[in-house]
Amino acid sequence: MSLALIQAPVSASFGGAFEFIFTPQTSNVTGGKTVGGLSQVVELTLTQLEVTVLALALALVVALPAGLYFGHRGTGELVAIGLGNAGRAVPELALIALMAAVIGVGLLNLTVALAILGIPPILTNTFVGIREVDRASVDAARGIGMTEFEIVHKVEAPMALPSIFTGIRTATINIVATATIAPLAGVATLGEFILGENVYGANGVLAGAIMVALLALVLEFSLAGLQRLLTSKGLRLSAV
Amino acid sequence: MRPQFTRLRAAAALLLALALSFGVVACGSSDDNSTGGSEDRENAGAITSNPGNAKVSLTIGSKNFPEQEILGEIYAQALAAAGYKVKSDLSLGSETVAHKAVKSGAVSGYPEYASTALTSFFGLEPEEVPSDATEAWEKSDEEFEKEGLVAFEPTPFASANAVGTLKKTAEKYGLEDVSDLEGVSEKLSLYGSPECRQRIDCLAGLEELYGLKFKSFHPVDISLRYTVLEKGQADLSILFTTDPQLSAEKDKFVILEDDKHVFPAGNVIFVTTPTVVKKAGPDYEKTIVQVQKGLTLPVMQELDARVELEKQTPKQAAAAYLKSAGYTG
Repeated sequence: MSLALIQAPVSASFGGAFEFIFTPQTSNVTGGKTVGGLSQVVELTLTQLEVTVLALALALVVALPAGLYFGHRGTGELVAIGLGNAGRAVPELALIALMAAVIGVGLLNLTVALAILGIPPILTNTFVGIREVDRASVDAARGIGMTEFEIVHKVEAPMALPSIFTGIRTATINIVATATIAPLAGVATLGEFILGENVYGANGVLAGAIMVALLALVLEFSLAGLQRLLTSKGLRLSAV
Repeated sequence: MRPQFTRLRAAAALLLALALSFGVVACGSSDDNSTGGSEDRENAGAITSNPGNAKVSLTIGSKNFPEQEILGEIYAQALAAAGYKVKSDLSLGSETVAHKAVKSGAVSGYPEYASTALTSFFGLEPEEVPSDATEAWEKSDEEFEKEGLVAFEPTPFASANAVGTLKKTAEKYGLEDVSDLEGVSEKLSLYGSPECRQRIDCLAGLEELYGLKFKSFHPVDISLRYTVLEKGQADLSILFTTDPQLSAEKDKFVILEDDKHVFPAGNVIFVTTPTVVKKAGPDYEKTIVQVQKGLTLPVMQELDARVELEKQTPKQAAAAYLKSAGYTG
């Protein structure tokens, strides 16, 4: 037994994973072709980003107006919160398999499946954010003659921005992390490294995980920056 | 789904499995199994429980797709019938994970295809894999021994990857062999597992050894390999030769003959360690070898059908096999 352990191949190390990211590596099962390396890593990272952006855009188009509308009207709490919470329990892989039979595998299936994952946090947080805007401000806005649309656009939405952004950031992290399973549904993302240990080795798996984590962090910081830019000056000061 | 048809097929399947397993008992091994030898007849029959085995705990592993899970269950239930204390861990992901698990002692043993062992663990090119089951087993056993493992003799059935398509696609382009794809493949899309793209016994081999170029390759979960053909999304899809769909729906799906041997066929060998063999005593190997004697290609296809088409659990399918073949009461 101890002999077997000594002979076991070196498993993943951070050094090995970084080497995998920058330099193509040999593999047992490719017939001599090298795998990994910067060009493949960049290609798969960009695909993962593309899938994430598409799904996030679709989730925003659906959930943001719905959250604003229900929040403003103060109705549909059951839909916004209930549906939102139910949506979190949907097993993504089962959803992809189910939709594969209806619309087939590929980018469309994946975008819809991932968007479904992004809708609940955006919907719930937008709804709650709008509901929690100080009623006095809304009444004042109505008092100076703002239309309902202007109230949402100029008063409620800016004041609910932190909550709305929390939803968007959560949705983004959910989507970018889950886009890792895309290679099971027709699109090669960074999950290819993680799902393909036989080809890419333990270092490839770790490299895939590192890249997904990095991508998630980059997106998180970008959105935090965007939130800062979009927050109105008055609110920013009052927050400090 | 047509439930009536399925139920009818289930009944027919049961009868077939029964008939086939008796057939095996009666005539000894089929011709592709040259390893059985003369003790076939004595080995067939009920597994006897040995009380002395109760103090030995075994963990039987398998990779995480239906055929492997069925095999894992068959071995686990048979060993339990022989009196061992058996646990199973039937979700070992890829072969790399399973290989590590048996080396580290996390599992006592697991079923592996000899071809996979040779290409994936020991770096053989697909065309170097012996087509004879015994030769492939001996070669893998030799390599396994170097790393402190041991492999038992192979099952009668062998499994291989294959390029599959709808019958109407094959007729449209006149496809019988993989070589027939020359000049056509540029118009056809290929779907396979995420690993397929880079593997020499998959897309990389089709490109290099057959010189084919496909319109596109799409990675999908292997459970969708028939869905993509049925949906008309995939022109070609990587299938397994043991797939029950190939016999159940002959008029719908066909596989192309691998005339340049990119997809080596592999019989299943049970991989374990000498330490476990020593600890578990003679009933360990005896039970495993005995219980796999009935696993010919049609029987394995039937078992796969029960799980993949009729949605039985691997546990149920394995139990039915052991019972109908007379291994358990």
